[in-house]
Amino acid sequence: MSLTLLNVVLAVFIAICFVGANAAYLVWCERKGAGFYQRRPGPMENGWWGLLQPPIDGVKLMTKQLLIPGGVDKAIFMVAPVLAMFPALISFVTIPFSDNIVAHPIDVGVLVIFAFAALGGMSLLVAGWGSRNKYSMISSVRAVSQTVAYEIPLLITTITIVMISGSLNLGDIVQQQLDGFLSWNVWPLHKEVGFNLLMPVSFLILFVCSVAETNRAPFDLGEAESELVAGFHTEYSSMGFGLFFMGEYANIVIGSCLITILFLGGWSCPFGDLGIFPFTHNVGWFLLKIYLIIFVFIWIRWTFPRTTIYGLLNLSWKYLIPISLFNLLLTAGLLKVF
Amino acid sequence: MGTQNLSPSLETVPASFVQFAVADKLINLCRANSLWPLTFGIACCAIEMMSTGAARFDLSRFGAEVFRPSARQSDLMIVAGTISKKMAPGIMTLYDQMPEPKWVIALGNCAISGGPFVFEGQYGIVEGADKFLPVDVYVPGCPPRPEALIEGIIELEHKITGWRRWPKVAPQWRDAPKVSNEAGS
Repeated sequence: MSLTLLNVVLAVFIAICFVGANAAYLVWCERKGAGFYQRRPGPMENGWWGLLQPPIDGVKLMTKQLLIPGGVDKAIFMVAPVLAMFPALISFVTIPFSDNIVAHPIDVGVLVIFAFAALGGMSLLVAGWGSRNKYSMISSVRAVSQTVAYEIPLLITTITIVMISGSLNLGDIVQQQLDGFLSWNVWPLHKEVGFNLLMPVSFLILFVCSVAETNRAPFDLGEAESELVAGFHTEYSSMGFGLFFMGEYANIVIGSCLITILFLGGWSCPFGDLGIFPFTHNVGWFLLKIYLIIFVFIWIRWTFPRTTIYGLLNLSWKYLIPISLFNLLLTAGLLKVF
Repeated sequence: MGTQNLSPSLETVPASFVQFAVADKLINLCRANSLWPLTFGIACCAIEMMSTGAARFDLSRFGAEVFRPSARQSDLMIVAGTISKKMAPGIMTLYDQMPEPKWVIALGNCAISGGPFVFEGQYGIVEGADKFLPVDVYVPGCPPRPEALIEGIIELEHKITGWRRWPKVAPQWRDAPKVSNEAGS
């Protein structure tokens, strides 16, 4: 086996392990988090503090009957869960965890991630269409309108950052934020654009958009169980449902990686490179930042109730898109001035 | 609990016909510890079911708090309340939609036997869920306390795995209940 092929196999293996472990144990974090926000202990009895719960649920889902209801569009029905999981897995290829821990530093990394994120949105459409279930159908229509509405401010905000950095390579974007936390893109003060007061707002827009893109509460209109049974995965049993579930958590990890890289300085140490181990730029800071963001994701989910579909679309089209467009123009002007 | 005493052989025989001893035991253990109930309640016992899931009693300690809205993803049907004859076909449809393996708990007296609705000339109530569903565990009470539902789920785990989480406590009765009914005592 040649060294390149070995590298590819290793990268894929590590990516799958990382995604699988994260998807499984983020479910545990979610259930524990739900418990703590509702003043109850959460899973406690299976393993220490319920730590065996994810493998137990996994085995149960895998050994459950894989039911394909009569009347569904079989090929499409079976492709949809794979489509939910696979783009998230691919996106990990370009994510730089550190200056040397990256599977393949593609020059258009940002584009690759957004291309595959769009494919993830399509899995919801395909699932709803293939199920031949009216609630699934309504749910997937909602999910698609949501994806379209929130991908625009997401992309515009990202373009703002790309304009400042002058690169689509995620590693290069981080390289410019290595001088302590004041050099992160989230602050208004920046050496390229001078003073842009809208940068923290842009950060919030990106955060809200990634909550909406991953279909999580308060934006989980796609699986509103009070109206649509279980949404697009109503007809999926066993591991088909399990893949949707894992895909959701993998997408959360991708979203928080993106937020960290674009706005919070990726793997950079907040105090600059001090030369002593924990205070150098290393992968630990990256993981710390993404898990902090994931914590906020879980916090939001169990704190806010679900919005309406109109509220959701109005928020995007009336507020997020105009503000992010304005910030794009402002940043372009400031780049010209400074 | 209103369960029958199974013979030891029945308790240890795993679900599948061909025996893969260790794997079957492991799978049964996993199934028993992640019983996801179907979200539906048909009468007042459902209030107690919700209370079981909420902060004070917390069903999630046993991994059973994941109430799935879709029948395709749930393992356990908790028949919580009076089954009217109009409702019975709907419940039957829900049961048929659940993939194997699946279990049923009859929660409360109405789901066990019709409860207070059994009288001469009644025309609207199905007298017990076991008239049309294979009920695994009966939880008596009108309505049962949340602790009783938790005990019912532990009993169901016992039925699935042949292993009980905690030893059973025999009810301890005093000779006469010494409860004063006087006001202000």
